[in-house]
Amino acid sequence: MVKHPALIGGILLGVFGIAGSALVALTYDSTAERIAQNERDALLRQISTLVPAQELDNDILADTHTVQAPEALGAPSTTVYSGRRDGRISAIVLSPVVAPDGYNGAIRLIIGVRADGTLAGVRVLGHKETPGLGDKIDVSRSDWITHFAGLGMGNLPEADWKVKKDGGHFDQFTGATITPRAVVKAVRKTLNWVASHHATLFATDHPTEQQP
Amino acid sequence: MSEGYGRIIKDGLWGNNQALVALLGLCPLLAVSNTFINALGLGLATTAVITLSNGTVSLIRNIVRPEIRLPVFVLVIASFVTAVELAMNAYFHELYNILGIFIPLIVTNCAIIGRAEAFASRNPLRHSLLDGVSIGLGFTLALVTLGAGRELIGQGTLFADAHLMFGEVASGWTLSVGGNYPGILLAILPPGAFLGLGMMIALKNVIDKGLANRATTVVPATDQAAGQPSAG
Repeated sequence: MVKHPALIGGILLGVFGIAGSALVALTYDSTAERIAQNERDALLRQISTLVPAQELDNDILADTHTVQAPEALGAPSTTVYSGRRDGRISAIVLSPVVAPDGYNGAIRLIIGVRADGTLAGVRVLGHKETPGLGDKIDVSRSDWITHFAGLGMGNLPEADWKVKKDGGHFDQFTGATITPRAVVKAVRKTLNWVASHHATLFATDHPTEQQP
Repeated sequence: MSEGYGRIIKDGLWGNNQALVALLGLCPLLAVSNTFINALGLGLATTAVITLSNGTVSLIRNIVRPEIRLPVFVLVIASFVTAVELAMNAYFHELYNILGIFIPLIVTNCAIIGRAEAFASRNPLRHSLLDGVSIGLGFTLALVTLGAGRELIGQGTLFADAHLMFGEVASGWTLSVGGNYPGILLAILPPGAFLGLGMMIALKNVIDKGLANRATTVVPATDQAAGQPSAG
């Protein structure tokens, strides 16, 4: 009866392919909105640990533009979120800033800088550092990274932006010096970059571009 | 060739435990078992996929021609994994971020296609669904035991980050062995997973031997693992 078993097999396979794609498409359709909302919420939570939302009166997620400064910020392209109060930009959040020289590759950071040049805070977005040693840069493992808040080139001389082992201000971890050294260096470079672009970054009438 | 329900449950959870006897699905088992909650999350996701795929394969077992059955199984499994991945991203967003690549990689867990081929394609729907749940929970049990052990020895806590799965109610569930437990790094690193799994298999064999010795009059159960596909 079956003359072309290969043909029937092919058709059956096609039918299952369509059914499978339909299932995936339906699930995607019913979850897409919630996933986008989750991602927005996660980003907003991350940003508000650096710059508290009550300090700002604008929608910081919508007030963004991108900059290309791979030399200073480590990433091919970095998003700048501008937090405003009464129209003036009081703080910016840069994400991601990449410290390329971690112990196990790049460390991705999010860095908040206030208009007066001090740090609103630094957090780690992603890293591959050794568990138990280098992962103390993660705020869930230790409070080391929270000590950046409030520091700036104004109250800590550039020569002190090193780990203590190199004669600087910042603690290293027992058994892990390379990781904090990489983070401190990335933060220092970011502060210098922000200082040299201060006029444009904090200009009140800065052209903003809406991001979806 | 349908089997009794009790037998299916017992095989899935213990006798033919995919992680401890068949040694299938080792990649996620070893990679994600660093904390209890990670292990539970991946275990339950795997259980969902294996139950859905077993059910579907059982329903279509008489339509699908033998020569295209493997591609069809792969299609079914891949579709369900993608659906589960999207659902986890929507409802357990932070856990999804932690488990990362291992959720899409459920598709490569040989235990799933192994059950589709060895069981669901030859048994009626109800048996196949029960087999999926049992095998999935057996895998979850092994994963969670290993995860709890590694978390306890490696960082001295249990149920850390439970809020990722159970919401804010669970944020106080974390148990800690004491203020300055230094943590044994080996348990968190990949070798700890191999050592832990080895000890669990050894323990299971000891228990099985003890049971067999106690019931000397009973003929020892035949090894269910024989004849299973054994690729990783």
